[in-house]
Amino acid sequence: MYVYALRRLLISGPLLLISSMIVYTLVHFTGDPLRDLEGRNPPVPPEVLQERRRLLGLDKSLPEQYWNWLSGVVTGDFGPSVKGIDIGADLSTRLAVTLRMVVLAMILAVILAMVVGVLSAVKQYSPIDYTATLLGFLALSMPVFWLAALLKEFLAIELNQLVGRTVVYTVGDSTPNLTGSFFDKLPNQLGHLVLPTIALAAVSYAAWSRYQRSSMLDVLNSDYIRLARAKGLSRSRVLVRHALRCALIPITTVVALDVGAILGGAVITERVFAWHGMGEMLLSSVNDQDVNRLLAWLMVSALIVVVFNLIADLLYAFLDPRIRYA
Amino acid sequence: MPDLTTPSPDMVEAGAPSPAIDREFTVGRRSQSSLVLRRFLQHRLAVVSLGVFLALVLISLLGEVLWQYTSTDITDDLSQGPSKRHPMGTDSTGHDLLGQVLAGTRISILVALLVAGLSTAFGTVFGALSGFYGGRTDAVMMRTVDLLLTVPSLAILLTLSTLLAGGGGDPVTIALILASLSWLGIARVIRGLFLSLREKEYVEAARCLGATDRRIIFRHLLPNAVGPIIVNATITVAFAILAETGLSYLGFGIKFPSTSLGLLISVGQSAASTRPWLFYFPGLVIILIALTINFVGDGMRDALDPQQRRVRA
Repeated sequence: MYVYALRRLLISGPLLLISSMIVYTLVHFTGDPLRDLEGRNPPVPPEVLQERRRLLGLDKSLPEQYWNWLSGVVTGDFGPSVKGIDIGADLSTRLAVTLRMVVLAMILAVILAMVVGVLSAVKQYSPIDYTATLLGFLALSMPVFWLAALLKEFLAIELNQLVGRTVVYTVGDSTPNLTGSFFDKLPNQLGHLVLPTIALAAVSYAAWSRYQRSSMLDVLNSDYIRLARAKGLSRSRVLVRHALRCALIPITTVVALDVGAILGGAVITERVFAWHGMGEMLLSSVNDQDVNRLLAWLMVSALIVVVFNLIADLLYAFLDPRIRYA
Repeated sequence: MPDLTTPSPDMVEAGAPSPAIDREFTVGRRSQSSLVLRRFLQHRLAVVSLGVFLALVLISLLGEVLWQYTSTDITDDLSQGPSKRHPMGTDSTGHDLLGQVLAGTRISILVALLVAGLSTAFGTVFGALSGFYGGRTDAVMMRTVDLLLTVPSLAILLTLSTLLAGGGGDPVTIALILASLSWLGIARVIRGLFLSLREKEYVEAARCLGATDRRIIFRHLLPNAVGPIIVNATITVAFAILAETGLSYLGFGIKFPSTSLGLLISVGQSAASTRPWLFYFPGLVIILIALTINFVGDGMRDALDPQQRRVRA
């Protein structure tokens, strides 16, 4: 088990490195960070442009630029931003905001998907199954921001009117200038979290519950489950101890593979609810042609994806002994 | 793609008994494709969905003929709710929303079909080559796919959109951008399938007869992978519709004067509480399209991939 874990961990390093090269090259060709300056009228003196170019390291060759950038990133320095923002500090606050939503949404989606998927597999072709399938397809076919806006219009406003004060917030990640200890802030932040988390979780939940259902069906039809039942084990014991463990393997992969998509969904969700998180950072850095900020964003999300895949690999080995010894 | 599921005529002749033999009763011979069709027709929801989807395509194509306003016509009615003259209402500049939705549906479906076609073709060939040749070729090709999967696709889409279209533009460019990332899934599926298919006896037989690699891949192996390919292509259509919507919502997709359902919703979203029709109608059309395609995909899966269908739990 440990050897396996170590091996997976060692592969992640080079994977991140190559991914950083690809990302750097891609971004390098996307845009000129000085386009804004060059296009100004009256024209900016060429010396100023030259100076900016030197300052941003744009006068060097691509491999050289990449190396300088990479050695900076390793020490936590993401390089200068076009807008003069401290990328590292900005990134860490935004990351905390976004991860709060992403992790909560993933937990919610996984739990719901497991429960609903298993339930509709066990009760295949029952009303529960049909309802779950229909709801799943509906969530799968809905644009995230459409659902988010629906939640705002109906759930939030109705609920707040019912209670008589704002419990569920529709704008922002927390009330500005909020002070106090962690526990003072918690209810406010949770109130802001509810809607975005539901919106973000809905789409993933829909896809995952379908996977869970079909993998559970596969397992339930296998010979070893029939044997377990035949030798007299109770239905519930067979389901929980024998079937569920195996049926969790496919969904682990799917969840890990979908992390990138969830981060993408988070960008849209953040936009709908006007959060100041990673999504806003991505959009503004693309709009501003702020190369270093964009790179920082891409690298952090690549890191998140790699870490989640690593966790999935380890879970995999835990769930399926065959993988450990392969 | 030619219809690869039906056996070629010479194969049928070789296997069929001569008609001279009299039989007590006859069993109608069914080709693979008619079996698939029968199974699909049994999936009622899928058939209805296919009908609704085709109707939507047809209506949107004939939109300019059927409806008096086009997406760019400006009427004197500003910000009006749904009425007889404007069944979906108008926006603040006086555009008739029904006209816009018709045009948007046309573009959205065009983008989605293009994405599905392009990414399926490319992903299939990529996966086929990777799985067929195996070994080092396979390792390099599949690691490339893995790498592309580590970066959140939305970020790449935004970057590409700025690079190629200056932050959004015409439908074909947007389709190309979306297709550039959506082939990864199908490539993996086909590669896995080819890894097992290439070990089959008939491949060995074909090789003994002197068939080239290309012939084996395209004439012998690909027809056996048609099921997953079609199912995947269908799902990609639904994915592409929603992806285009998201991209347009963020301002990196289709731009005016062209229009799409995604663009219409994102414009209407700010007015969701004051002029709800601007927001709900385009959204409902998107959901209808994506939902019907998902159901069709589900029916296709049942029809083309009968092993997956379980009757008894």
